[in-house]
Amino acid sequence: MQLVTELLGGNRRALARLITLVENGDPLKNEILQSLYPHTGKAYVIGITGAPGSGKSSLVDRLLQEMRGAGLTVGVVAVDPNSPFTGGAILGDRIRMQDHALDRGVFIRSMGTRGSLGGLSRATRETIQLLDAFGKDLILVETVGVGQSEVDIVKTADTTVVVLTPAGGDSVQTLKAGIMEIADIFVINKADLPGTERAAAEVSAMLDLKSCCDWRPPVVPAVSTRGEGIGALWQSVQEHREYLEKSGRLLEIRKERISRELTEQVEHLVKTMVWEKIKVRMTLGSLVEEIALRRRDPYSAARELLAQIEFPVP
Amino acid sequence: MDMSSKRKIRVLVAKPGLDGHDRGAKVVARALRDAGMEVIYTGLHQTPEQVAEAALQEDVDVVGLSILSGAHMTLVPRIKELLNERQLGAVPLLVGGIIPEEDALALKQSGCADRVFTPGDPLESIVSYIRDRCI
Ligand SMILES: Nc1nc2c(ncn2[C@@H]2O[C@H](COP(=O)(O)OP(=O)(O)OP(=O)(O)O)[C@@H](O)[C@H]2O)c(=O)[nH]1
Ligand SMILES: [Mg+2]
Repeated sequence: MQLVTELLGGNRRALARLITLVENGDPLKNEILQSLYPHTGKAYVIGITGAPGSGKSSLVDRLLQEMRGAGLTVGVVAVDPNSPFTGGAILGDRIRMQDHALDRGVFIRSMGTRGSLGGLSRATRETIQLLDAFGKDLILVETVGVGQSEVDIVKTADTTVVVLTPAGGDSVQTLKAGIMEIADIFVINKADLPGTERAAAEVSAMLDLKSCCDWRPPVVPAVSTRGEGIGALWQSVQEHREYLEKSGRLLEIRKERISRELTEQVEHLVKTMVWEKIKVRMTLGSLVEEIALRRRDPYSAARELLAQIEFPVP
Repeated sequence: MDMSSKRKIRVLVAKPGLDGHDRGAKVVARALRDAGMEVIYTGLHQTPEQVAEAALQEDVDVVGLSILSGAHMTLVPRIKELLNERQLGAVPLLVGGIIPEEDALALKQSGCADRVFTPGDPLESIVSYIRDRCI
């Protein structure tokens, strides 16, 4: 495929076009991802998550400076939720990432969750793969930490940074929501506001309770608008990466990820296949009618539908 | 239902130039979002290079510029040129703002702008124009 060759040749427009095709679930999607797969696996993925407005995009902008200073190229995927009612979205993360808008070593892509229930969509993971194949050394993924996306980001990122702020006691709340388990690094951003020390102390106290593991997540105060604490954050990211690499954990989590992806892919194929077969054999409409009238039940009806399919022997 | 496989119209709403009002741009952005589109909003004071580069990276279907500073006759042709350089010449370029009629005509005739909207135009006309262009 022409676009794939162009992407591998470093063409930014081809990369952008391919992300769109993948995001739209184009019929060519699997072919695209399949042919690029051998070129993936080199990028290091860093997730940045936290409450809306906690300063994630500003942090990304500052981190880019550190990373570019270290001679590394970076891809950024900034994810925002689509409206569940209209399906539309305003993707505004670029507003705070303008310092690197013209840097050829940085590629920023905004994307909506497109109905993946607040979670990281499959498209996000696939976009990461495209940026990886394109040759980016690092990939930053910004997601709003509400519900499922927090959990999803850990499955996707090598290092997960959780951004808290001293305001509104949201640190305490997020700790309750179980964010403790997913953070490799905590940032207390907006450290220019009162309450920073209290918030940091709270997080540390929670970490004291957690007696496991050889990596203790550092708690880094930062003022992303002024660039304070960013050096320390970048340092922590590098230390965490080093820890993962030296302990063999990185290999492990990447295998876990592949295992999940493989399982998911099989389930996806089965699902598609089954519905294709069932669709051509009969309409569900009449069955639904009968079930609604309680002449039938969905349990036996489902089994009956499946019984019509002759599963191909692989 | 797998909504993730749904195609969406992506629109870049950009404010090039030096004027400091983005109320109009935000109103348009919200209208497009409410019409089910994904709006990439980049904020104030964009250079033409930043606009073109965002259009490329975000692979948008439409670029919309909001210009109130009066500098449209220099900004729009420059942005068109930079889009062309990036093989984005086919992406519709819309301009909104306080644009005198003769300027609007000149921008359209020179092929820089596909359509010019002025404050009197209803939001719905922007939405439907974009929808029609993106089918
Ligand atoms: N006082 C203070 N304000 C900050 C700091 N960092 C960010 N902000 C402000 O917080 C607001 C949100 O910043 P963003 O970087 O857009 O936050 P975000 O988490 O990416 O926001 P969403 O993507 O909308 O969830 C902006 O008005 C920033 O200027 C900080 O360190 N101190
Ligand atoms: Mg943001």
